[in-house]
Amino acid sequence: MKASNALWRDHLADQMPESLAREIDIFETEIALRKQGKLDERLFAETRLRRGTYGQRYDNGQRHDGEKVQQLNFPAGALTKGPNTMWDAPGMQRIKIPAGGLNAAQLETIAELAEEYSDGIAHVTTRQDFQLHFVHIENTPSLMRRLAAAKITTREACGNSVRNVTACPYAGVCQDESFDVTPYARALSRFLLGHPDCQNFGRKFKPAFSGCSQHACGLTSLHDLGLIAAKRLNPETGKEEIGFEMYVGGGLGAVPYQAKLFSSFVVPQELLPLAQAIARIFARYGEKKNRNRARLKFLIQDLGIEKFRSLVHEERKLLPFDSRWTEYITQSLESTESPARVGGELPELVTIGAGEADTENFKKWLKFNTRPQRQPGYAAVTVALPLGDITANQLRALADIVRRFTRETIRTTVEQNFLIRWVSKPDLLELYRALDAVGLGDHGAGALVDIAACPGTDTCKLGISSSRGLAAELRKRVSEKGFQCDEAVQNLHIKISGCFNSCGQHHVADLGFYGVSRKIGGYAVPHFQVVLGGEWEHNAGAYGLPIVAVPAKNIPQVVSRLTDRYVAERNSGETFKEFVKRTGKTALKSMLEDLTRPPAGDRSFFSDWGDPRAYSLGDMGVGECAGEVVSPVDFGLAQAERELFEAQLAFEKGEIQEAGKRALGSMVTAAKALVKFENPDIGDDPDTIISEFRIRYHDTQKFFDPFAGGKFANYLFDAYSRSGQPYSSESSRYLLDEAQLFIDAAHSCSNRLETVVAA
Amino acid sequence: MADNTSFLLSQMMAELSLELEHINFKLLLKNPADVDLEAVIPVFHSWIQDQVCDELLLDVADYRHVKAGPGIVLIGHEADYSLDNTDDRLGLRYNRKATMEGNNQERLEQALGAALSALERLENEPSLAGKVGFDGRELEVFINDRLLAGNREGREQLQRELRTLLGKLLVGGAYSLSYAADPRRLLGARIHCQRDFSTADLLKNLEAGRIDEFRGPSPPDSNPYS
Ligand code: SF4
Repeated sequence: MKASNALWRDHLADQMPESLAREIDIFETEIALRKQGKLDERLFAETRLRRGTYGQRYDNGQRHDGEKVQQLNFPAGALTKGPNTMWDAPGMQRIKIPAGGLNAAQLETIAELAEEYSDGIAHVTTRQDFQLHFVHIENTPSLMRRLAAAKITTREACGNSVRNVTACPYAGVCQDESFDVTPYARALSRFLLGHPDCQNFGRKFKPAFSGCSQHACGLTSLHDLGLIAAKRLNPETGKEEIGFEMYVGGGLGAVPYQAKLFSSFVVPQELLPLAQAIARIFARYGEKKNRNRARLKFLIQDLGIEKFRSLVHEERKLLPFDSRWTEYITQSLESTESPARVGGELPELVTIGAGEADTENFKKWLKFNTRPQRQPGYAAVTVALPLGDITANQLRALADIVRRFTRETIRTTVEQNFLIRWVSKPDLLELYRALDAVGLGDHGAGALVDIAACPGTDTCKLGISSSRGLAAELRKRVSEKGFQCDEAVQNLHIKISGCFNSCGQHHVADLGFYGVSRKIGGYAVPHFQVVLGGEWEHNAGAYGLPIVAVPAKNIPQVVSRLTDRYVAERNSGETFKEFVKRTGKTALKSMLEDLTRPPAGDRSFFSDWGDPRAYSLGDMGVGECAGEVVSPVDFGLAQAERELFEAQLAFEKGEIQEAGKRALGSMVTAAKALVKFENPDIGDDPDTIISEFRIRYHDTQKFFDPFAGGKFANYLFDAYSRSGQPYSSESSRYLLDEAQLFIDAAHSCSNRLETVVAA
Repeated sequence: MADNTSFLLSQMMAELSLELEHINFKLLLKNPADVDLEAVIPVFHSWIQDQVCDELLLDVADYRHVKAGPGIVLIGHEADYSLDNTDDRLGLRYNRKATMEGNNQERLEQALGAALSALERLENEPSLAGKVGFDGRELEVFINDRLLAGNREGREQLQRELRTLLGKLLVGGAYSLSYAADPRRLLGARIHCQRDFSTADLLKNLEAGRIDEFRGPSPPDSNPYS
């Protein structure tokens, strides 16, 4: 805990907006009450989450040190900051940046906080937020006060609330946009922050804006509320007017949902009231008890989009008038960005600075990291951050750079980078030099090397495999391979999540990966599911499906093989998604088949990327990997995987009913495999299997995921209860994902069972 | 004149009340290009396993992908240890996070002692094959709390405190101090020794608490790191 904590409140008293200052005082009081045992730990957990203060891995006070579970004996002893969350355990602080917009002074503030309260690194997330890791709970009020003085809040950065309102970082300068969505994103963010109608959600609610439908920058399809800028001729006046296509109910998570069209045109003055009405309907009818069905997407699935739409419109009529609906937009429209310097053209390049190598790097940087603005003479420049990480010194240097070249503004992007806009083109070389001097001149923004990854096992409590470790390794190898790669490969997107929750957005990547564990020879081995067929463009236009789980250490080979084959066999102009579809998942899976097993005797496969500890020594015991011991459960689960793969193939062929049936069948097979572990005489009757599975694994909670609880078992029960009904394309698609998650959970359950038996 | 006097008085008061907490020491490494940071990761994990330091050790963070960044950080509750590459200068860094009892000298000695002990441990770590070693001449010190000790306001007092500390540490050796030009940086100083010291020497000197009469040359007023 910092010695200066007692001083910041007074020091910044006249610099903080009153509402934020009061909010932080309240939080500080809650911290004190919790320490005295006068505030329940569950309540305190929700209150800190709503201030963006998350838990981190090992915060239950235990850590597997590679040999045994080690108790971490924190000085505050048994005091907790939430169920199973020790008071002293370091946590993560998320910082909301509406539309990703920052100024130079705010960059400097974040630099100071990263240095003084974290480990010197600020991390840009896939939703344009910042995250600081390893922060002590008692330092958070000071940290928040310093942010408040810089006009930044952490309020509702986590918890069951309206999360950061994201927006296309090119808004206002993009050649393809209908209009600049920034003022509307800011107005919506301001209006919904702390709004009484948004305080009773069962889960989070994520809004996003995009300036067009064809590019990916806003990713509106995967948000609870997606708004795409649109123009039309007013049916009454015949004049052109601006508005929004409004989408609702999108979301990634374990089973991804594409947002559904709510309205093809919402006029700006209706944007805030309609969002408010949606929030009210979500709060009133959304699931509250079962977190796993509490996102807006499930409410819309249950009600149907028509019914949902009519409920919202009825609610809209009942809303009392609020002058902020238009005032906030008007106020936001008053502050738009403008250039600091006169625009122009970049002079012809022969060589720069130190010679040809530098010139080549600059040319690559120009190609990948810059984009002409719609305003002639200006470019928008992407500052590529490795894994979204930036140091305190680099943040300060970036502040200097934006002061020098722009009107002190910059944006974070959903690809975990920064975007500097309004750069006069003749300044590009100087800007590049300034960035390069502080290690921020990497080229390859948005390219294969620009890999997005969630925190994974590094810091996330739910992480199964090391997404950042894998991302760092792939980044290194792609960089080493250089940019001699084929042009088509250069622009592929790799995205990695540490688990099925998809914070790394693996569903919408060309090459997506999410962490799972598998048992090989009786030992737990970190794996990643390979997810193919996703689409980043068109605002995340399509979601990929997992085809096979591969040990983490073989994933670089998976990337090489798939990209090499794409280069060798693609038709002219064929995208990777089209190539995957044409080649077929069977062919692609079979070319990876040999990679699903570690090479004999290679023990490195039993630890994860960047983490030398044995992945789970409890499972490994002592000694070498001594050949395969395949239990009947393993056989059963392998069969279930096979059946699921066949279901996916049926789905691809358009055989929707067959796909649904086979997916359900694969779940029953996996359930049977587990039941067989306890009752070897179980037959093939599905009713008996489901009933025995319920009694033996669900009711005893043996199948329960440590964090998701009974969620995956419920996938089976729900699917089985609907088994007589026809499948729609959508429900069949969801079932494929649910079946994969159920089978993954069965593998985890099997690992746990065998550990208990071994012990 | 009166104004000037009261300004000086308030300056003196501020300096007198300056508490040095959250002290960081960084000991620069020799032949940084030879140091394989990846090899340090399992070593730090083993430190957690055996809880070899005075602080409760928790986790290892790998920032090798960030240029001139924190390198490999061993996260602890009361302090972090890292092989830190900030400013492209690789060194063993000790970052005291918890507050400490005692006076400024005692806190400086604690942080420096912890940094030296950790570096000595790495120097003797067989798996690192002698590749991690003190360069013998350069140390950095920072106060990681801007409100407690501002970059400019705290410099005079830090300098005084360092003189006392370095007198004990560098027995008979001359040294000079330099400071960061950028006022946004943490209060801190680079310490340049005029002759080589080993980690073991410095630890011994620190523990012995010998006070040498020698005082290093006055530090330059405010220069960029050189
Ligand atoms: S995807 Fe999983 S591991 Fe990654 S941040 Fe989300 S919950 Fe954590």
